[in-house]
Amino acid sequence: MFKILKYSFYDLMRSRWSYVYFIFYLALGFMLLFLNNDLSKAVITLMNVIIVLVPLIATIFGVMYFYNSREFTQLLLAQPLKRTQIFLGQYFGVAGSLCLSLVLGLGIPFVFYGLFKSSAIWDFGLLLVTGGFLTLIFTALSFNIALSNANKIKGFGYAVLLWLFLAVIYDGLFLLSLILFEAYPLDNFSLAGTLLNPIDLSRTLILLKLDISALLGYTGAVFKQFFGTEAGLLISLGVLLLWTGLPIWWLTRQARRKDF
Amino acid sequence: MIQIKNLHKRFGKNQVLEGLALDLKPGGIYAVLGPNGSGKTTLIKCILGMVLPDRGTISVGGADIRRNPGYREAISYLPQIASFPGNLRVGELIDMILDLRKQTADPAPLIGMFRLEPHLDKRLSALSGGTLQKVNLVLTFMFDTPLYILDEPTTGLDPASLIRLKERIHSMREQGKTLLVTTHIMQFVEEVADQVIYLLEGKIYFRGTLDALKNKTGQQDVEHAIAAIAMKDHV
Repeated sequence: MFKILKYSFYDLMRSRWSYVYFIFYLALGFMLLFLNNDLSKAVITLMNVIIVLVPLIATIFGVMYFYNSREFTQLLLAQPLKRTQIFLGQYFGVAGSLCLSLVLGLGIPFVFYGLFKSSAIWDFGLLLVTGGFLTLIFTALSFNIALSNANKIKGFGYAVLLWLFLAVIYDGLFLLSLILFEAYPLDNFSLAGTLLNPIDLSRTLILLKLDISALLGYTGAVFKQFFGTEAGLLISLGVLLLWTGLPIWWLTRQARRKDF
Repeated sequence: MIQIKNLHKRFGKNQVLEGLALDLKPGGIYAVLGPNGSGKTTLIKCILGMVLPDRGTISVGGADIRRNPGYREAISYLPQIASFPGNLRVGELIDMILDLRKQTADPAPLIGMFRLEPHLDKRLSALSGGTLQKVNLVLTFMFDTPLYILDEPTTGLDPASLIRLKERIHSMREQGKTLLVTTHIMQFVEEVADQVIYLLEGKIYFRGTLDALKNKTGQQDVEHAIAAIAMKDHV
């Protein structure tokens, strides 16, 4: 698996898109810090961008890479290698290079602005960890979609729809149901609703850490009331892990049963 | 070398292989022929473990291939479409496959044979179709394995390279290797194949030498003989 990971990673490190992604984050980081001139505030602004953009980029990149390397995957499948190793290697190659672009692209400007002397370092660290989780989750989801759809256009469509659903539509439905069922106690419902969506979960996680759950309104209050900040952090991290593990497990299961 | 029993495979509504049975002794060149969609590639992919059969068993070198990815160490496979990661260079790709397989291999004479030296530092995305096929051939033939499976090996090759490919195949026969070749070029079949395996509607319709095939159909050349089999069944 590690050999495949290595070669996928090298292949991606030479691809233009990894650099586009890296330079985008670099520019974003410098711009935010230039405009805010304050690390903690920049972290909050950055969160809003990361929560939406990281999943989108991971989704598109994952689907694109999977379809582009289809023939190469076939070549690997004919070698004496296990299927799960081939797909996990490629998956971690893609997710790894995306994480690297994210961490370096955002890390460099923040280090320039004195991150290590700042109290925002833990908040920023958590932001990067969440970004990493979102990359792992959405790359795995997009690999699953690409693996089960031989048709590229369909695969792309489903992947973008999934992102749109989790990043935008889900929140809308969630809000709508909160308003519709106003008259009922909705604490547990809203809690579950947050846990079921990795994007909402990441947002909650960061806001709990930044201790500005007032921004979250109702959900944040519920979250804080139920878990207290410490337990809330642990539980949401645990659920994020589950969100990462399940699609990866499903990917290996699908890879073992598929005809190529 | 290869034993296949009662092999069934269906894609959706399309029953591609239907109770196919095959027993290949080691040594010799077997041409797998058949009309488009007769299941040639599916059969090959089943042997390689890329397509999972619905029913039936396949063993290669005496070992059942299920849950046993190591059996592919005995096989070198030439895929039909030569497509590789475009960002890699030719030399790097060869090194990578060597690194992945960890088996004894000797790419240098093959690189010379197909005149690939000037291309070793080029990226794969910059190569022409014929050159890619030569790279494909080097990747396949560089390993010393008992079984070689070649899917349309002649695609895109210029005449000089085609002659070298045939020479290579002949020398491998002398070394006692087993080759399974699919092709639509009947002249190529006549020049290299010891036996013909003709697939029709998911079964082996004919298996034997080229002479037996000509006798059976009463035709003078292989092309007409093959066409005659296909006709008889459909008219």
